[in-house]
Amino acid sequence: MSPISLRSSACLMAALAAFSAPAWAQKLTVSNWDGYMAADTMDNFSAETGNDAELVLHATNEEIMGKLIASKGVGYDVVFVSSPFAEVLNNLGLAETLDQDKIPNLANLYAEATELPHDPGNRFSVPYAWGTTGLCYRSDLVDAPTSWADLLMPSEDVAGKTTMLATDRWLLAAGQLQLGYSVNETDPDKMAEVRDVLIDAKKTLLAYDDTTFYAKLVSGEAELVQAWDGWCNYGIAENADIKYMIPKEGSDLWVDTMVILKASENKDAAYEFVNYILDAENHRWAAENILYKVPNEAAMAGVDAGLFESFPNMGMAPAEMLKFEQLRDVGAAQRDYSRIVSEIKAAN
Amino acid sequence: MSSDRRPLLLMSPALLWLFWLMLVPCLLILVLAFFRRGIYGGIEYTWTLENLALVFDPLYFSIFLKSAGIAGLSATIACILGYAAAYAIAAMPRRHQPMLLFFAVLPFWSNYLVRTYAWIVLLNREGLVVNLARWIGFEGELPSMLYNEQVVVVGLVYNYLPFVILSCYAPLSRLNPEITEASRDLGASGWTTFRRVTLPMTVPGIATGFVFVFVLSIGNFVTPALLGGGQFQMIGNLVYAQFLTANDWPFGAALSMILIAVMLGLLMLQALVAERASGATREGDNG
Repeated sequence: MSPISLRSSACLMAALAAFSAPAWAQKLTVSNWDGYMAADTMDNFSAETGNDAELVLHATNEEIMGKLIASKGVGYDVVFVSSPFAEVLNNLGLAETLDQDKIPNLANLYAEATELPHDPGNRFSVPYAWGTTGLCYRSDLVDAPTSWADLLMPSEDVAGKTTMLATDRWLLAAGQLQLGYSVNETDPDKMAEVRDVLIDAKKTLLAYDDTTFYAKLVSGEAELVQAWDGWCNYGIAENADIKYMIPKEGSDLWVDTMVILKASENKDAAYEFVNYILDAENHRWAAENILYKVPNEAAMAGVDAGLFESFPNMGMAPAEMLKFEQLRDVGAAQRDYSRIVSEIKAAN
Repeated sequence: MSSDRRPLLLMSPALLWLFWLMLVPCLLILVLAFFRRGIYGGIEYTWTLENLALVFDPLYFSIFLKSAGIAGLSATIACILGYAAAYAIAAMPRRHQPMLLFFAVLPFWSNYLVRTYAWIVLLNREGLVVNLARWIGFEGELPSMLYNEQVVVVGLVYNYLPFVILSCYAPLSRLNPEITEASRDLGASGWTTFRRVTLPMTVPGIATGFVFVFVLSIGNFVTPALLGGGQFQMIGNLVYAQFLTANDWPFGAALSMILIAVMLGLLMLQALVAERASGATREGDNG
């Protein structure tokens, strides 16, 4: 958006505010990951609803959690966080208990998206995007994998050409799933087994990589990587030989959500914003542009059929996804998880 | 009176800046080391020494030792290479020296991250070096050059070498040539002159360079994450993880506290070396 149109829309907003908004209206503050919604979302929302709104960015869940915990949620109205963190916000009493009547577009969600185990009935969180974590690979260079073992115990010609996610929970999930355990397992003996499997796997890895793994596949530096489905799609977009699959032992179901803060001073605007995002047209943007599945039936119905052909995992049915377990907040066991990851990384 | 106050007046903006914007925030973080991590990642304000004790747990202490080892190796290599370069520059005609020093610090004009990524472009399995080798006619698999400890050392040495060149150049360029000439006149060989005269008089420069590289390396987390492929942790990565992924600020604060203590110890040691060396030089001057 050019500075001129920015200024004119700001003038328009000021005019609208003078007529329609209450005298104490403040700026609606939304925190999201960079590029996770359309660049003009905030301006369009402001123009349509007359609410002054600003977007701030966070790079990771932990970053925004640190800020929210430090300020007790003051200063933010709506935040985008992954489901385990939404749970924490609720446990800490920072998340608003949602008044569903104020979000009529909740009706657009798949039935499955209203019964997610972390928050059945959407009491404190509204899902924004969801998906799986599996294997992304170069079908022209390696045989199609079937199991997490293909990543963790790779054949000789694939060894040294695999990467795993560097974030604690997903790094551990690969081992937990391979051994048939829950992705939220905390039993020390079972977690010791997970650790040993992952230490052996480390010896065959090219690297731990959260951000450039699909680029490594495109360049051929890696041939088989642990990946989130949406990120694998970025690789597929550049090289059609790249494919995504979910190992036979399963995946986790990750869900990114919107949470309204209890401390919000602009609650009506916050509800309007969440409702605005859930509009079929607005929510479809995410599916078509960031190639993540959105839990919005009305939005997915409008997605161009060609997209499902190019990116087969975009067409995965919600009922299929719901078979997988969500990562949940593990509370006090988080310190054990960090320790195990340190043990894996310290091993030779 | 007024002239006595002037230094204080000139210093006070910088001191206030450092005190309020560096020392106070640092202390606020460090004090967290004595509290407990709340179950959901917040801080529970009950006193404990548990976090500090955890730093000395064999697992975390071994990460500390490994970081110190990598930092020590990087600093040693950087000192050898940097001293040789500084010696060569100082031996050049005076008018060429500024240009050579300029080239030595030229890499600092680019961003640290860019310089580190450049190594990935160079060394990856489909990178420039491998492609060059293939073009020359080399066949078969080259050994992996990225994502290991050695390449982390290479990255650290490369990034911090200019500091050592500058810190060694300073005493080398100030060295009075008459002293080395006197040593030669008295029958010492070139090597003996270097070992017994030049080197001892330039030790402070080496010590400064060494401590600089060591301190910057031991807390570094970018190079191990990028060039090391995240496959091993240095203490900087561990601190980073506590603050940004584990949400365990008290343990992160405890690790930082020990790290700062090690660094302060080293800086004091370096100051001592510099002090003693300058004392030696003065005595030498008198005698």
